[in-house]
Amino acid sequence: MNGIAGRMPKFLRRADPAVVTAFACILLLLFLGSLYSRSFLSPEYLLQQLKVASFLGVIATGMMLVILLGQIDLSVPWSVATGAMMASAAAAYGPVGVALAIPFGILCGVAIGIVNGIGVAYLRIPSMIITLATNAVAQGLMVVYTGGFSPQDSATPAMRYLATGFAIPAVPNAVIIWALIGAAMVFALTRTGFGRAVYGIGNRERAAYLSGIDTRRVVMVAFAVSGGLSAFGGVLLAGYASKAAQSMGDAYLLPSIAAVVLGGTSILGGRGSYLGTVAGVILITLLQSILSVMQMPEAGRQIIYGTVIVAMLLLYGRAPASRG
Amino acid sequence: MKDWRYWLAEQRGTLLALGIFVAMFAIYSANHPAGFTANVVQTAANKGVLLAFVAMAQTLVVITAGIDLSVGMIFTLTNCLASWLVIGTGLETAFGVVAVLGTGLVCGAINGAIVIYGRLQPIVATIATGAVYFGLALLLRPFPGGSVNEDLADALTGRLFGVVPASLVALVVVVAIVWVPFSRSVLGRAAYAAGSSETAAYMSGVPIRRGKFVAYALAGLLAAIGGLFLTFFTYTGDAAYASGNAYTLFSIAAVVLGGVSLFGGKGSALGAIFGALAFRTIGDLLFVFDLDPLWQPLFQGVILLIAVSLGAFALFRVRNRLEWFL
Amino acid sequence: MDGAVPLFRMEGISKRYGGVRALEKAELSVTAGSIHAILGENGAGKSTLIKVMAGVVAPDEGRMTLDGSEVSFASPAAANQAGIVCIFQELSLIPELSVADNIVISDPPKRFGLIDRKAQRRIAEEALARAGAADIHPLALVKDLPLSRRQMVEIAKALARKPRILILDEATSALTATDVAKIFGVLRRLREEGLALLYISHRMNEIAELADQCTVFRNGRNVASYAAGSKSDSEVVELMIGREYSHIFPPKPPRHAAAVPVLEARKLSWTDRLDNVSLTVGAGEVVGLGGLDGQGQRELLLAFFGVLRGLTGEILVDGKAVAIASPSAARDDRIGMALIPEDRKTEGLMLPMTVRENLSFAALDRVSKAGVIDRAVEQRLIDDMVELLAIKTAGLDIPVGALSGGNQQKVVIAKWLMRQPRIVLLNDPTRGIDVGTKQELYQLMRKLADAGAAILFYSTDYDELIGCCDRVLVLYDGAVKRELVGAEITEHALIASALNIHGEAAGPMHGEGA
Repeated sequence: MNGIAGRMPKFLRRADPAVVTAFACILLLLFLGSLYSRSFLSPEYLLQQLKVASFLGVIATGMMLVILLGQIDLSVPWSVATGAMMASAAAAYGPVGVALAIPFGILCGVAIGIVNGIGVAYLRIPSMIITLATNAVAQGLMVVYTGGFSPQDSATPAMRYLATGFAIPAVPNAVIIWALIGAAMVFALTRTGFGRAVYGIGNRERAAYLSGIDTRRVVMVAFAVSGGLSAFGGVLLAGYASKAAQSMGDAYLLPSIAAVVLGGTSILGGRGSYLGTVAGVILITLLQSILSVMQMPEAGRQIIYGTVIVAMLLLYGRAPASRG
Repeated sequence: MKDWRYWLAEQRGTLLALGIFVAMFAIYSANHPAGFTANVVQTAANKGVLLAFVAMAQTLVVITAGIDLSVGMIFTLTNCLASWLVIGTGLETAFGVVAVLGTGLVCGAINGAIVIYGRLQPIVATIATGAVYFGLALLLRPFPGGSVNEDLADALTGRLFGVVPASLVALVVVVAIVWVPFSRSVLGRAAYAAGSSETAAYMSGVPIRRGKFVAYALAGLLAAIGGLFLTFFTYTGDAAYASGNAYTLFSIAAVVLGGVSLFGGKGSALGAIFGALAFRTIGDLLFVFDLDPLWQPLFQGVILLIAVSLGAFALFRVRNRLEWFL
Repeated sequence: MDGAVPLFRMEGISKRYGGVRALEKAELSVTAGSIHAILGENGAGKSTLIKVMAGVVAPDEGRMTLDGSEVSFASPAAANQAGIVCIFQELSLIPELSVADNIVISDPPKRFGLIDRKAQRRIAEEALARAGAADIHPLALVKDLPLSRRQMVEIAKALARKPRILILDEATSALTATDVAKIFGVLRRLREEGLALLYISHRMNEIAELADQCTVFRNGRNVASYAAGSKSDSEVVELMIGREYSHIFPPKPPRHAAAVPVLEARKLSWTDRLDNVSLTVGAGEVVGLGGLDGQGQRELLLAFFGVLRGLTGEILVDGKAVAIASPSAARDDRIGMALIPEDRKTEGLMLPMTVRENLSFAALDRVSKAGVIDRAVEQRLIDDMVELLAIKTAGLDIPVGALSGGNQQKVVIAKWLMRQPRIVLLNDPTRGIDVGTKQELYQLMRKLADAGAAILFYSTDYDELIGCCDRVLVLYDGAVKRELVGAEITEHALIASALNIHGEAAGPMHGEGA
């Protein structure tokens, strides 16, 4: 075998069928969309989609890390909202507050993630339960903070710039941010000991522990990163909408899980590539976009969403058959 | 040891929840401006039974070592459906009730089929089906509205003989005709066995799959009973996302407070009911102590966090660290 | 029993797992009203034989007849139906259910479609009484019972199924002497009632006391059947040993006066599994752990490796007391310990991950700078290991699960050797791997020892202990019962001390060896 011919089959052989399926679905959606409207394939529209996708992309990156461990983070909704609200809130405290708004928002998300991490890693509470609980606590804190009204603080210029500006002509900043975070995640997962440990724990925590990995610390860090990225997603969303909103995170829980799982990451942990998550994020965003272009009401969107996810999971996300 | 001691040990979680509830409710009614009156009890009962039904639903699934994150959405969907169907003549109303309950049963059965026969993780599967159920609810009621047979509604939310809240009686009836037979049936035992140790259950020739399936389906039915009662209380159907989610969340809190193990195999729906009533009363305590209602979500969240952390103490008894990773 | 028509017969039964033959044309006949003991070393095929009988696995070939007509069982339930009930070791009890619930679990009594609790209670009490365990309360939860009581419940559960053939596989291993006596009474009564009992045990004295008929298994075949009591312990041990192949072991170096102790334990105790274990392992020494399976060997290795909590006693490394709280502390350079765990598929490897990722997994800190993996360094270390252990793989980037068992085990060992450990703990590393690879591992072990490592080696294969070890400690019930040094390490001595045969049997052999 020589040159390209030698490489291609290997590339195809090594590609995860789920990732290939996800990209095929993206192409299919683009095709269907273009039948509906000519502008669907225009660069402006596609870039706009990519920009919308990058918010989900940032959040899904953290979710992926947690799912690779075989866990789940259900505190995404209020981690997103907390990040957005706290960043906006900091802006009310003078120039220093404005300067520190973004890190402060992210830090609040990290704090939520740390509580999750302590619960999962050290207290061994099922992640699904502890993250639901911290979600409720974060919600409670935010309700107390805002006094039950929608938050009045508005996003700082820096937040708006990150979400809507153009540092490079024609490429939205949000997309650049997603690309940077994505690149960092790919690097962490493939080139660092931490990444190896994440996959190892997801595959067989027992074996990872007996190999001398401090599994609890790895799990803890992963949840902290997930919380931080959710909050960062919230910061960007607040910048995009100019302000934070009470239930802004609700719309990101199912899509972030779905994007990761549709991208071929096993919900049981240990298997999955970031490329798949990228495909999943784009797939979900396009699906949402087409549904809204078709002026599908929220009800239909939810139904199609849920059905598509269950259907795709049944296709390739099943646990292996065992025990009668 | 005497029989009653074993009975006591088995019911410890339930009795503890009952104790918490009684204590909370005593504090609540003692500090209530109106005191311990039939009215106060009726209001409290009507609020409490909704969560009690949903918590019972959650219990059934949790016993099999699964989780149903769609219960709140089934509750919302059946509420919206009831606001269309449970109306009109006696016969029409009866048909409506059957249709609503049947819908809940089907929703639960779909969850069960996907989890058991489709072999998907309960958590992802029920989040996704929850989205579908919520979508259907929204389809039925894009805006809050509808109505319900008010005679029936008033009868079931009023008082019997002027004292006993009817909703509480309904709760007892449901326990008697759904929970008691289930827990004493072969399939109910199979659900417990599968939750406790699936391998051992398989080795013993227990009908694991059927047991789990029935648990999921009945969970849907119980959530639908909750949805029906919500309609009776509010006279309307409302596809409220936040409320559906809150019920899912609170059902887990109630289950944990009620001594049902999230790892499966242990606990009773009675415990979850008391857990639900206690959880509701804790929320109401803020009201009688004149605290800002704004604090209520935080308060409930913290209670939930503490409740789920309590289970972790068993961890300190583990002597072989490898057992953490089973 | 001569001339009695057998109730159940197995003829020409063979079973292979992958390339390993577990049963090879095995025969067995069971007569009603008698107790039939089955003997054999670990891995002689006894448990496979039982699994075939109980419908857990299907044989590759051979036939089984019950009452003269041919039968085959698709599942344990089918075997139960035919009256064959096997008592598995506490595997089939459901912890969160009560004793009574468990006893009737496969066929609870019903009334109006619901479980009849009164009838259930009655059945459970009857079964418990029949099993001689009337002191167990039917309402107690199984998880609250100690292991020995659970075993009694297991027996009661089997009896409630009204078996014609009852199989007890090491059913007494967790029982106290009083319980054993009770069980024996029960078993004798069942024999009177006309049941056929199949009794598998390592405890020779039990078999002598109980059995009517004995069959010895070796290498998947039945090699001898005789009436109980017609052979001496010594003869039986010979029958169990007689081997068709022998391993090639590397020569042992002459024993030095006293090796420098590297790893030392003083009065280690942990729950009821370890009982005042003291031992030393010196540099360049291979110390074996012997004894029957499950006598605390595995726990001892885990205790050294920092896995067990609530350990009492002292662990010393290089003569200094150390506190090892986790595997990560154990592998630290100051201690330099490595553990080759018992089950390579769940404890040693991440099967879906690649050979490369698995090989460097325990040494990630060694191949990384500031957390970032230096691929060149990683590659070099991996290449060294692949060469050192001659790991046969189609590439480093295929899942490790695709390798043969032997090569998988090499990967587990290699991933630890990459850290150049000074103390190597091995938990039955040759289980289920081919003879060739076994030999390579023996050579490797000796090589490591010669390079100064201290090696603690648990094996269920007595031959290996004899061939590889400088010293062997035999464990029984969590305590070191005997230490065999040099030429003392013989099959006879190992088996006798493993079975804890006291006095005459063990005494002379000691003299023989010395």
